[in-house]
Amino acid sequence: MSTAIEIRSAPHIKAPRTVEQIMRNVVGSLLPVCAFFVYQYGVSALASLLCVTAACLFTERLFVKTGTQSGSLSDWSAVITGLLLALTLPPGFPLWMGCVAGVVAIALGKALFGGIGFNVFNPALVGRAFVQAAFPVAIASYTPSFLPGRFINFIPSTLAWPMMQPPDTTAWLQNMQIDGLSGATPLAKWKFDGLMVLPQDLLSSLAGHMAVGPSPLLILACGAYLALRRFMDWRIPVAILGSAGLTAWMLYGLDPVRYPNPFFMMFSGGLMLGAIYMATDMATSPVTPRGMWVYGALIGVLTVVIRYYSGLPEGVMYAILISNAATPLIERITQPTPFGKSGLLQPKRGASYPLHPEYISREEANAVTPKKRLLKNKPKP
Amino acid sequence: MKFLNFLRGETFARGIHPPQNKHTAHTPIRRLPFAPELVVPLSQHIGKAPRPMVQVGQEVVRGQPIAKGEDWLSVPHHAPATGVVEAIELRPSARGPWTESIIIRPYAGATQEDLWGVPRDTSVMDGPEILQAVWDSGLVGLGGAAFPTHAKLMVPKQAKVHTLVVNGCECEPYLTCDHRVMLENTKELILGMQLAMRATGAVRGIVGVEDNKPDAVAAIQSVIDATRLDNIFVEAVPTKYPQGSEKMLLMALFGVEIPSGALPVSLGMVMNNVGTLAALGQLLPAGQGLTERVVTIAGPGVSRPGDYRVPLGTPISFVLEWAGASAQPSSHAPSACQLVLGGPMMGQAVASLDTPITKGVSGILVFHPEDMADRDGRRTFPCIKCGECVESCPMGLNPSALGMLAAKREYELMGQRYHLGDCFECGCCTYVCPSNIPLVQQFRIAKQVLREKASAL
Ligand code: SF4
Ligand code: SF4
Repeated sequence: MSTAIEIRSAPHIKAPRTVEQIMRNVVGSLLPVCAFFVYQYGVSALASLLCVTAACLFTERLFVKTGTQSGSLSDWSAVITGLLLALTLPPGFPLWMGCVAGVVAIALGKALFGGIGFNVFNPALVGRAFVQAAFPVAIASYTPSFLPGRFINFIPSTLAWPMMQPPDTTAWLQNMQIDGLSGATPLAKWKFDGLMVLPQDLLSSLAGHMAVGPSPLLILACGAYLALRRFMDWRIPVAILGSAGLTAWMLYGLDPVRYPNPFFMMFSGGLMLGAIYMATDMATSPVTPRGMWVYGALIGVLTVVIRYYSGLPEGVMYAILISNAATPLIERITQPTPFGKSGLLQPKRGASYPLHPEYISREEANAVTPKKRLLKNKPKP
Repeated sequence: MKFLNFLRGETFARGIHPPQNKHTAHTPIRRLPFAPELVVPLSQHIGKAPRPMVQVGQEVVRGQPIAKGEDWLSVPHHAPATGVVEAIELRPSARGPWTESIIIRPYAGATQEDLWGVPRDTSVMDGPEILQAVWDSGLVGLGGAAFPTHAKLMVPKQAKVHTLVVNGCECEPYLTCDHRVMLENTKELILGMQLAMRATGAVRGIVGVEDNKPDAVAAIQSVIDATRLDNIFVEAVPTKYPQGSEKMLLMALFGVEIPSGALPVSLGMVMNNVGTLAALGQLLPAGQGLTERVVTIAGPGVSRPGDYRVPLGTPISFVLEWAGASAQPSSHAPSACQLVLGGPMMGQAVASLDTPITKGVSGILVFHPEDMADRDGRRTFPCIKCGECVESCPMGLNPSALGMLAAKREYELMGQRYHLGDCFECGCCTYVCPSNIPLVQQFRIAKQVLREKASAL
């Protein structure tokens, strides 16, 4: 053999999974959510998705080009940020504000920390937090979904001139003579008007009928797909929804008149999107399995607390951002227990052969003779 | 995840399932002819290298001792062929540095029978006699670690051994030599187990075999049934890498964790590899020394893969030629290939084709650049903290955190706070990392640095 020999160190094989593949799959799973979002809100939603994503990609490219951050567009992570950011904005959000959000998301949320993997806060939420502070009115004006003519006409606020306040949509809505549908989200209604959402309304809001943004049920389904293919950790969403539901249920038990039922808590607002797509952002969530539970539980509880006791109708964003900041601490206190340090010297229940720390006799050994078990390690009684 | 493991019937937490690629599992072991020159390195095992007993120009017969153990952790070597000692000189070794080796030129016309061994009745040998015989046979762990077998079977006085555990997992992809040995040398394996049990004082022996080899389990069970043995069992454990690790197999069979830093013997158990015990059952009754071993030759670059019985000292180039590794670079356009001694997960890349097969070599794998392209073409990303490595580390470490510290050269912290010392370099973390970070490679460096620092003190 006259061939050159290459030397590398073990392992010499590699699992097929790559970062690009993970990101591509997340984007893929977001597409149905986006499609339904467009179906709900028409051209305005489509324009918003495209503009915000483009702004994110442009900013990412800029920073990669100038060498400020590592990474490239081919890793798809900027697309995820763009799509998620657009999904958290109201459908009629002025496009120029959406672009600002996209630029801020990548520049402050990601590039500032050094690019993919190094960011501390979820970039999409950084962008959203910025516009929430900068444009509080625009971000609170939701329009109802399934408006007639949504595929032909933009919601007037969408096309506001840059640096201009968007026109008020209330008059426009009244013009369209759709009474009984206000632009407030169910959460805002509950919070500011003290109106409890009726069960049938809640059900329709699950499918995305009311002014709620993307459909929680669809997000749940797409998240389940991601989790099953192991592109997302299932622990975090389960912990968030579980703890939010539990906290809300406890409060509801204390005072059912003042607090909404836990079901409403779990399915309203941005909790589903946040729990499944935002909180699970790998770079900003703990790596340790135990840490994931703690982190998820923290988000769930914080969400409910902020929703109930602050002046804001929605609490998911701040809950996630606060927990992002707490991630290094959570990680530090939830390191996995190394093998052999758990003190598990006694056999676990279900171990195939009992183990005697001291010498055992022939008779004893024979007494524990197992039946031959092929292909299964059935526990012995 | 524990719950999922429970549902799947898995045996230890975490671990990975790389593609098995055991293409040579169903072809019988074949014998390899003698190479024109056999290179027997003196240092083939953990412990001190033995001292040569032959002179240049001396004729040796197959099986004759040619090097003598110097101390406790040193085993003798036996001539792998009848021939003449051509030289005693430095030759390249798999690890790179040149080591002292005995070069033997086999006689072309010799029958190459083992002329040295004297058959003996093993049924009358007691423990110390068996240990001495094992020592004389030059047997070391054939699974890859190459730890002298007599030392492993020697139980410390204060310890009491009740169980001999035999490791038939062979969890590395591609390798099938243990599998074939279990099928073809079952009787020797059982005999070897009985001898080892007598030597250690164990009252029962358990063979743990991964359930991807049901035929091996059946073969061993049929011998057990036929000879009505009541103290030897065979148990199928679910397939998973790195089940072949001592600690993981004990976890799978008994559900106990060997404490960090402790040996199985502290729990009354001694573990050996199936190949080693089968060799023991073969060599002791014949009174022979170890002169050959079974090696899996496989990988995408080999056209006649299989398990071969190879005389120790056969140069790798000879073996590869025989197994049809493409000697011409033309068939694979880029002019590089990669050779691995052992399995693809933990095996060692070899630097020179002149290096010989030694006692610890369980496989030779040949990969071509095309096979590697997918891996090398990948970009390396910063850690995206996906947690895959944490999810796969059988030792319950946090390779993500370790990797970040390694990048910052915080080696002490890795050892102190993140239990670097427990890492046994199985490579699961590197295998799964989507960011293509060479985690275990960094850990090896870190461990090396720490060792050097410790010895400098
Ligand atoms: S190489 Fe070490 S750190 Fe990596 S998975 Fe194996 S034991 Fe864990
Ligand atoms: S597998 Fe790689 S990218 Fe994922 S957490 Fe571990 S080191 Fe980071």
